[in-house]
Amino acid sequence: MEKQGNVIEYPKKHASGTAVRTVMDQDTAESVEANASPGGRTDEMSAWLVAVAERGDREAFASLFRHFGPRIRAYLLRAGGDAGRVDDVLQETFTSVWNRAALYDRSRASAATWIFTIARNRMIDAFRHDSRPEFDPNDPALHPNPLPGGEEAFATQERAEAIKNALATLSEGQREVLWLSFYEGESYPEIAIRLGIPVGTVKSRARLAFGRLRSELGTKWKDMR
Amino acid sequence: MSVEHHVGGDLLLAYGAGSLDEATSLLVATHLALCPASRQELGLVEEVFGVMLGSIPVDAELDESMLDAMISSPRLALAIPATSGSFVLPQPLRDRAGGDVGDLNWRALGGGIRQVPLRTNDTATRARLLSIPAGRSVPDHGHGGFEATLVLAGTFYDREKWYRRGDVAFADPNVVHQPVAGPEADCICLAVTDAPLRFRSLVPRLLQPLFGL
Repeated sequence: MEKQGNVIEYPKKHASGTAVRTVMDQDTAESVEANASPGGRTDEMSAWLVAVAERGDREAFASLFRHFGPRIRAYLLRAGGDAGRVDDVLQETFTSVWNRAALYDRSRASAATWIFTIARNRMIDAFRHDSRPEFDPNDPALHPNPLPGGEEAFATQERAEAIKNALATLSEGQREVLWLSFYEGESYPEIAIRLGIPVGTVKSRARLAFGRLRSELGTKWKDMR
Repeated sequence: MSVEHHVGGDLLLAYGAGSLDEATSLLVATHLALCPASRQELGLVEEVFGVMLGSIPVDAELDESMLDAMISSPRLALAIPATSGSFVLPQPLRDRAGGDVGDLNWRALGGGIRQVPLRTNDTATRARLLSIPAGRSVPDHGHGGFEATLVLAGTFYDREKWYRRGDVAFADPNVVHQPVAGPEADCICLAVTDAPLRFRSLVPRLLQPLFGL
């Protein structure tokens, strides 16, 4: 029953497409674990990124590419890119990872999070012809963070586990909205049409999902800092 | 003073996922520039998506021949050129508008209210900067859709609440309201709407084509 609750069955995206079942549960944890070296895989990946930043370490960069490249490619394909553009965006993403590694701060984010944000922004620029509106942390008009933080190493491995557990506590409807928004890049009005429910219901599921994640992870966040 | 009225979790999730329309993304990004608490919440959202990205099932390995091209590109030095000065509009709004409030081509809407429409690529949602004279009220209006308003300077009062720099007010399609600018200074705000506004009284309705609202 627990297991059932953790599986999302996707409807077909295109008439020609095959339905894809995305699993976010023990199966995934095991498959991630299966190609992991002993010890914290998440922390190891952050260390690779730091090695790229500090030493221009090509082997560490190749390791990041081997791990995240296929996942980002799958993400970009699901977000609606054709194969040619997907490979362009994939290349741009990793070129940015290489060029901008000096900006990575492991005390603030895992390698997965940092690389995801780069891929997402490139995807928006390339597929939607928007330029992604992003705040600039160096803008003098930015209200600076009053909280000291970021000095201590972030327990990314434990955080990743906590996040997987928190995702498993979402209701099926909440998870469905989160998945379609993330994996398919669908807006709330598009999700409402796909699921045949009012857009207000989609938004309220999203709010509930967010509230749940925050209450599950908020206190643990503090504990781990 | 810290921001009191924040964007909701639904908007943070969609912004983090990259599935939010461009005009609303501009509002969320500007709010994030002014609100450290919401930035921390976005950090949580992105962390969740980072874990989800890491869990995407994959079945193929990549051609590694592209590695050499990537590694040959020049790497960024850590120093980032700092912008100085003080601005009313934070980034990324300043870039979209084409400068800070004093540099813009404000167009009169009537009643002393002025606007700068902001170009976005998606047409379902529209963004504009509004300047409302101190103490003046916006004609009362209903909505065909949602309206989100982010305060950038001055204050405004709407439905028994005060909104200050960084605060976001939301009005759903059922709300008819008449926001009033605070008395101390002109109120400058970013308004995002996903359908044309409907004014209740005749005069603003006649003005509507001019407003472009």
